[in-house]
Amino acid sequence: MNSTILQMQDIAKTFPGVKALQDVNLSVERGEIHAICGENGAGKSTLMKVLSGVYPHGSYEGRILFEGEEMKFSSIKDSERQGIVIIHQELALVPYLSIAENLFLGNERQAAGFIEWNRTNQDAAGLLKRVGLDENPVEPVGSLGVGKQQLVEIAKALSKDVRLLILDEPTAALNDADSEHLLNLLRELRKEGMTCIIISHKLGEIEDIADRTTIIRDGQTVETIDMSEPGSTQDRIIRGMVGRDLSHRYPERTPEIGDVVFEIRDWTVHHPTQAGRVVVDHADLDVRAGEIVGIAGLMGAGRTELAMSVFGHSYGRGITGEVRMDGKAVDTSTVDKAIKAGIAYVSEDRKHYGLNLIEDIRVNTSAAGLDKISRGGFVNGNEEIRIAEDYRRSMNIKAPTVMSVTGNLSGGNQQKVVLGKWLHTAPELLILDEPTRGIDVGAKYEIYTIINRLAEAGKAVLVISSELPELLGICDRIYTLAYGRLTGQLPRAEANQERLMELMTIEKEAVR
Amino acid sequence: MSAVAAPHQIAGVGRWSPDRRYLPVIGTFIVFALMVTIGGLRYENFLSPAVMSNLFINNAHLIVLAVGMTFVILTGGIDLSVGAVLALSSVITATLLQAGWSLALVVPVAVLAGSAIGYGMGVMIQYFDIQPFVATLAGMFLARGLCFLFAPESVPIRDESFIALAGWGVNLGRWRVTAAVLIALLAVAAAWWVLHRTRFGRTVYAVGGGEQSATLMGLRVARTKVLVYVISGTCAGLAGLLFAMFSRSGYALTGVAMELDAIAAVVIGGTLLTGGTGFVLGSVIGVMVLGLIQTIITFEGTLSSWWTKIVIGALLLIFVVLQRILTLRRT
Repeated sequence: MNSTILQMQDIAKTFPGVKALQDVNLSVERGEIHAICGENGAGKSTLMKVLSGVYPHGSYEGRILFEGEEMKFSSIKDSERQGIVIIHQELALVPYLSIAENLFLGNERQAAGFIEWNRTNQDAAGLLKRVGLDENPVEPVGSLGVGKQQLVEIAKALSKDVRLLILDEPTAALNDADSEHLLNLLRELRKEGMTCIIISHKLGEIEDIADRTTIIRDGQTVETIDMSEPGSTQDRIIRGMVGRDLSHRYPERTPEIGDVVFEIRDWTVHHPTQAGRVVVDHADLDVRAGEIVGIAGLMGAGRTELAMSVFGHSYGRGITGEVRMDGKAVDTSTVDKAIKAGIAYVSEDRKHYGLNLIEDIRVNTSAAGLDKISRGGFVNGNEEIRIAEDYRRSMNIKAPTVMSVTGNLSGGNQQKVVLGKWLHTAPELLILDEPTRGIDVGAKYEIYTIINRLAEAGKAVLVISSELPELLGICDRIYTLAYGRLTGQLPRAEANQERLMELMTIEKEAVR
Repeated sequence: MSAVAAPHQIAGVGRWSPDRRYLPVIGTFIVFALMVTIGGLRYENFLSPAVMSNLFINNAHLIVLAVGMTFVILTGGIDLSVGAVLALSSVITATLLQAGWSLALVVPVAVLAGSAIGYGMGVMIQYFDIQPFVATLAGMFLARGLCFLFAPESVPIRDESFIALAGWGVNLGRWRVTAAVLIALLAVAAAWWVLHRTRFGRTVYAVGGGEQSATLMGLRVARTKVLVYVISGTCAGLAGLLFAMFSRSGYALTGVAMELDAIAAVVIGGTLLTGGTGFVLGSVIGVMVLGLIQTIITFEGTLSSWWTKIVIGALLLIFVVLQRILTLRRT
């Protein structure tokens, strides 16, 4: 038998207007743990969706060879039949059903159409033992912690006679002990001959466990590193992940930086549902007038959570710490109060959090600052149209009229509407969360120009972005965030992608 | 900013193609116009002012119910209690008037009883996170039960001032506008004003368009979600009063399933059940469509009145499918 279990050859996948994958080649040996690394949006998840049949055969180019045979999956069911099982970052368990029921969901132990409960629970107990859980299989899944749920997912995969197990960010939501337990289990399974693909941002983990690592950058495979070779360190992976030219262009700006406008001190946020899990940990941060400050961090580092918790406690519970505007402590416990304190937050998900897509530009522009154009609860319609029209012009929003429905606009123009909405509230601090996500290059430049204009007008700007070149291109200073802790800050002159990536991937223990 | 700024010309307004948001309402209006035309061609006297006036007079209470329901559905909610609240309000009106209370006191008590039930349900929905369907179902049973507590039998109203009010009306040519119709139309105008001219109205639409985005825009989502049920309850209370004027009595079993008529009218009027789009004028046309079906079947003479329900069912299906197609195109 061939020792190569999986080969993906020249995979290319195009979404309307975007090449997500191109010339991707991946070869996985039998019985190895193969890591896949890449920045957010590099194409790791897309590749795994191609492999598992989420994107069916015919919707991508290239060939998939599994056990030497060409595979043409049309659905996840197809790939699972061949023994390829993917465990997603968001767990796919039904909380109210028991562990045993979840394990055999869609694959029930039955005879003559009736479920055999004894066999179900016995088999379940056996599977749980294999993954090192001693829970009773009749317990509901919802009563387990995330770490144990992750193990149940793996047990579920094992029940399907898995030959290739794919784990997407398996430890992102786990604490250290649970992570270690999971990694040990993977080592055990490897001993039994299981093949694993693991996607992870935690480079320390990869260094620990992976036999080989394939790096993906901008939808292309860069290289595959044999981790047993000397010099295959985290630095080596980082270089592969970021080693690209600054192909985007950024407008010029000469910063004129004033006094500190916005500070947070000792800011701590807990997870809204998982008690005791700290999402933002004692963060201290400040932004000066006319300054553009960046926050860099990998997915799950707590960037958005930090921003949203400041903005009206929109995320998390058990929030402690202090927000200061112009040196004075302010109350930002509701969105209303945060806006009054002079804070505006442009969400990373403008479709769900930023816009009312079924309404027009006029209504969206005025929504956050309605009090400015209304008296005694009544909205001044003419004033509203005038203001929306002003922003439509000054922001160059490409729409025939302010009566155009925002759902029909392009991403870049939608983002301009969101910016217009917040500028109308006349904020002192603007938090921009992934301001150019899903926006084409030309519109990006326009957004950068608007951001620069704000800074020139003396506003404080805080930018969160997954794209390091973007942060390096527009920010005066960049904070790095890892596992909810601010791990460092670099002025523009001293920052480069390698240094940022190092700070962003500092392991938990080292942060303290 | 210059005080003499010229009014802004909005480019593109007045182009022929209508805004897609108006399409469902336009569709409803076309159906309405078609039915009027067909009726007019088929039956003599169908288009007479008396028949058309009666369309409003017979449905004044339903118009008011539909107005309140529009607020709720615009936020993505539902209110199943309005039929029972209407009955409660009519029973309260009749019982208190028979007990000798003055009309000036009875009217606010009957209407505010509806507001109070609406408030209770709104609080349940917003602060205890109970689905609107369940909370208003409970409200429906509560209100219907209370009706029987007040009066298990039909209570006739003999109060003179009330009868005078119920019988009051003006003749515009051969059209007749009664007090009930006038009140209903005022409610429509007020609702239109509130929905399109106030911050509260904006928030109603924003909540329906996306509760999370509305929250992050700093809009008062919680208050708004409670208030729409208060409005719906108040409207149901008012509708109960109008129904009492119409029937000159209060009876615990009136308005059974009337909440479904109100929902049907709102949906036929082009308001999406998922919230966010719709117009109160659409709901009024929706009520008129329901009324026309009834009228046509009466004029036909040979059909049993149950055909009304069949036609309403068919129309409802058509409109829901139409809306679905429109939303699919939108995304």
